[in-house]
Amino acid sequence: VSIEGLRLAVPRGALLGDTLDLLDRLGVDTSEVRSNDRKLLFEDAGLVTMRPSDVPTYVEAGAADIGITGKDVLSEQAERHVYELLDLGFGPCRMVFATVQGDNPAAEALRRLGVMRVATKYPKIAARYFERTGRQAEIVEVKGSVELAPLTGLVEGIVDLTATGTTLRENGLVIREEIAASTARLIANPVAHKLKAAAIDRLVERIRAA
Amino acid sequence: VIHPIPSGTRDVLPDEMRELRAITEAIRGVFESSGYGEIATPALEYETVLTRGDPRAADPAYKLFDEHGNVLVLRSDMTIPIARVVATRYASSEPPLRFCYFAHAYRSVRPQRGQAREMLQAGLELVGAPGPDGTAEALSELCAGLDAAGLENYRIGLGDASLYRRMLDRLAVPDGARPQILHELVTRDFVGLAREVEAHKHEELVRVPQLRGGVEVLEGVPEAAELLAVHELLEPETAGRVIFDLGLIRDLDYYTGAVFEVYDAALGAPLGGGGRYDDLLGRFGRDLPACGWAMNVERLHIARVGEGR
Repeated sequence: VSIEGLRLAVPRGALLGDTLDLLDRLGVDTSEVRSNDRKLLFEDAGLVTMRPSDVPTYVEAGAADIGITGKDVLSEQAERHVYELLDLGFGPCRMVFATVQGDNPAAEALRRLGVMRVATKYPKIAARYFERTGRQAEIVEVKGSVELAPLTGLVEGIVDLTATGTTLRENGLVIREEIAASTARLIANPVAHKLKAAAIDRLVERIRAA
Repeated sequence: VIHPIPSGTRDVLPDEMRELRAITEAIRGVFESSGYGEIATPALEYETVLTRGDPRAADPAYKLFDEHGNVLVLRSDMTIPIARVVATRYASSEPPLRFCYFAHAYRSVRPQRGQAREMLQAGLELVGAPGPDGTAEALSELCAGLDAAGLENYRIGLGDASLYRRMLDRLAVPDGARPQILHELVTRDFVGLAREVEAHKHEELVRVPQLRGGVEVLEGVPEAAELLAVHELLEPETAGRVIFDLGLIRDLDYYTGAVFEVYDAALGAPLGGGGRYDDLLGRFGRDLPACGWAMNVERLHIARVGEGR
């Protein structure tokens, strides 16, 4: 049985475990999702699984009524027309600006060259942040391991998400600035938010109580 | 050979055109029988005229220069052009005035979002009929138009563009805190809204804009008196379509009172919307209350197909 007759977009990856635990507490049978990481659509449970960054796409289009994804994803895709209903509290992490340890090469580049190069998977968050803090930055968008970019001289700094800071440390990087904190959020499609208002409100109440 | 057209624009071929035409003809019949006269205005307007109506009206549109160096803009909706027509061509006519249109409007798009740059709108403007009666008439015409277009499962979200601002006034929320609070509301972020209003200790500020449902959600909200008055004037079949939504936000600044959007479960985005803009005509020199709406004809078509018709 699905939750309140709604279709929920579930993020695979770091948020999956906490999301499924929450669904268990709401009485949703998640055993099939847990045991099968290739299947994507679980019609009986009303669940669809996908990358966290795809959740706003499906929810905005109404292919899922509601979804769970990180605030980092929502900030990067700020133009999506979705309602942000609830801070679920799990999956805490920070968006940070980091460079190699020792002298700060980004500050040096900024002082002498007038611009610093920054690699990130979050080009919009990074561009907004440096614009807001009055610094010129050339944003280099990468898809894979961002930590590699400053070690090879591609850039002077990176903007990335970190939970514990271990990966940064292991690559000899230090956090210079904290940009934002992020946790998992419950989002809703704007049309479902009206047409299924009662079901969505009941779900929000049940999650608050869970 | 492939000769491209701009993203967000499209060609319409006969099969689709026939279906679109059936929708617009059905709606035109409704307008005609209710005394709404069809008008057409130029797709190009002077920028100075559009920004008189709404400073942002020319912002997302396409601009070009004419041979004298004047800035021309492709209209982003029909409401401001019709306000201009009323003030210039109907300067002394006895209100109310009833107009309808079937016209293309132009918006800028964000890359790779599949949004339309050019969209066909069907809409009406009721000028000189104040709320709540004028609002009720516009809503009743809206239902008649959607019924004629062949939609069965649509609903109308009805809210008030001034409701939250009036509530901030009543609760004496300081001016300095308001831009950030309104930003959270406009960006539909209730987590951010709860954070911003926490210091002001009024649970209404986060509870009321999340109220959606029947007329009972208006109870205990003093700012909803106008919506209640509209509800009392609605015919039962129209009232049955309405979902009151006290957090409803439209993205244009000229709305002053009741605002509405049309939803259909077949589509993840509204089919169109409208509302009251009682100050707009005054900016063009004829101070009349007004109300109107526009439906996106292509979305009506998608919803109709999605409903299985």
